Amino acid sequence: MTDLPTQRLDLKGVLSGSARTAAADDHSVGMSYLESLPRRLVTLYLPLGIIVVVLLFPFYWMALTAIKPDEQLLDLNTYNPFWTWNPTFKHIHKLLFGSYYPLWLWNTMYVAICSTVLSIFASVLAAYAIVRLRYRGAQWVGGLIFLSYLVPPSILFIPLATVVFQYGLFDTPFALILTYPTILIPFSTWLLMGYFKTIPFELEECALIDGASRWQILTKIVLPLAIPGLISAFIFCFTLCWNEFIYALTFLTSVQNKTVPVAIVNEFVDGDVYRWGSLMAGALAGSLPLVILYAFFVEHYVSAMTGAVKE
Amino acid sequence: MADVALQPRTARRPIREASRWDLIKANRNYLGFWFMLPAMVFLVLFLAYPLGLGIWISFTDARIGRPGAFVGLENYEWLWGDSIFWLSVFNTLLYTSVASVIKFAIGLYLALLLNENMPFKAMLRALVLIPFIVPTVLSALAFWWIFDSQFSIISWSLKQMGLITDNINFLGDVTWARICVIFANIWRGVPFVAITLLAGLQTVSPSLYEAATLDGATSWQRFRFITYPLLTPIIAVVMTFSVLFTFTDFQLIWAMTRGGPVNATHLMATLSYQRAIIGGVLGEGAAISNAMIPFLLAAIMVSWFGLQRRKWQQGENND
Repeated sequence: MTDLPTQRLDLKGVLSGSARTAAADDHSVGMSYLESLPRRLVTLYLPLGIIVVVLLFPFYWMALTAIKPDEQLLDLNTYNPFWTWNPTFKHIHKLLFGSYYPLWLWNTMYVAICSTVLSIFASVLAAYAIVRLRYRGAQWVGGLIFLSYLVPPSILFIPLATVVFQYGLFDTPFALILTYPTILIPFSTWLLMGYFKTIPFELEECALIDGASRWQILTKIVLPLAIPGLISAFIFCFTLCWNEFIYALTFLTSVQNKTVPVAIVNEFVDGDVYRWGSLMAGALAGSLPLVILYAFFVEHYVSAMTGAVKE
Repeated sequence: MADVALQPRTARRPIREASRWDLIKANRNYLGFWFMLPAMVFLVLFLAYPLGLGIWISFTDARIGRPGAFVGLENYEWLWGDSIFWLSVFNTLLYTSVASVIKFAIGLYLALLLNENMPFKAMLRALVLIPFIVPTVLSALAFWWIFDSQFSIISWSLKQMGLITDNINFLGDVTWARICVIFANIWRGVPFVAITLLAGLQTVSPSLYEAATLDGATSWQRFRFITYPLLTPIIAVVMTFSVLFTFTDFQLIWAMTRGGPVNATHLMATLSYQRAIIGGVLGEGAAISNAMIPFLLAAIMVSWFGLQRRKWQQGENND
């Protein structure tokens, strides 16, 4: 239990640049005043600008393609390809009303929420038991869970396909709802273990003396204090589910059951030269829910991401 | 409510001896078992069992819809002489090593840049992470369109600048296709590396830099002798994850090239999918994906040593 809160990375401060980070306490200027503006322009703003533009360009291009009329998409010479003056919602309309897209979105959402809730439930219990019950062999189990985090889906999908088939889950949403937790549980258990460790042990001891059962301690003391950790785990798990591809590709075959990533790759990619508009509209619509979620919970997201590697 | 307070406590239970059942209920091993149960059920049924099953399948001639018979090492022997398999191993190693090195270099550089004081810092940091949030397949489709053979915006821009005369066949040419998929992978991986390293950078006390500057250290020396050593542990972990996920990558390749042209971008994961699910030869596909395990174990060992090192670096003697 040497892992004191002060030694942990200050995750919340990563994005805001404030809080208790070592870099920001009371000398927020640092040594940057030593550098002149022209020098900073060349060494800082220019490279940063280039990197940010490269990182964001594909999204701009995606969005632009989604609203461009077809003739402008394929004629780069008469129209300036980087902008359009007559945006159209034809592609998006076709996506929403001429395809199964809303259904695929619903499938993705349903699978993601169900498996996230299942995994968080299992991980909360497991993390609490490993960190606080410290039953015999808890250390080993913690290590094993970390190892299972490192087992990638690409070596599991073949045997899992046969397992899913044996259990009679093939081509149902349950094939994904029950297999995604294998990716999510190791991650969120590991993350929550870190959070639970920061909750003072004394609180639990008081509750034990007052006659609380372990279950009451967990639900009434530990969980309310670990809400930031729970939100982080939830968001990150949700994103992982949304992003998952190989299981969804392997376990689902009928068009109505597919998730967004798989459906776009398989159903929208045909020989049509005019497919780009609706393809990009589909990619954009599939990304937006996550980006909006991210915009609301940036700090939780980052703490989940860095939390996964910090321990 | 005075009446309530005055009521005598009638139903007070006498204190009894703790029964065996009470002891068991409070036993941490017993409780631990029940708390671990849900997670263990998932991990055993859908992770440990399939992992073992995968190894068994690779020793059989199973096909889709038909459980196979044991054939020993036949699948592996067949792969040993299969040039496409070796090409995919080569591709995987090339893809992983080039992408990881560049991801690390750009990621570290970006982290150092983002660690500077500047206006709109928080917003920039939030923007940088977006490529990591968006599902890989969807951004891969955007790259597919950007690298289109006829309507690529890159070809168009280069032509406008007069650098090339014909469109570049980005995903149809062996070398270009490899460059493109590696570029897309770097594009997606850099934010992860940068933001996690940034979290590490922020724990480095600025007084160290000030002291070093007073002693006349150049900015390279400050990086080399302060930043880098203090960042080593987190670099080890981040890069292990990065290597691991790059090595087993599937979706990026599948969305952009499906292994083509002429298998030039087939990774081991995509090849095993193609053989096992599309070709139906489960045994051989399982053998290909099991061939990744030694590489993964090597990466995990590195991670483990990285973690060990981290522990002593965080120790009190090392401040």
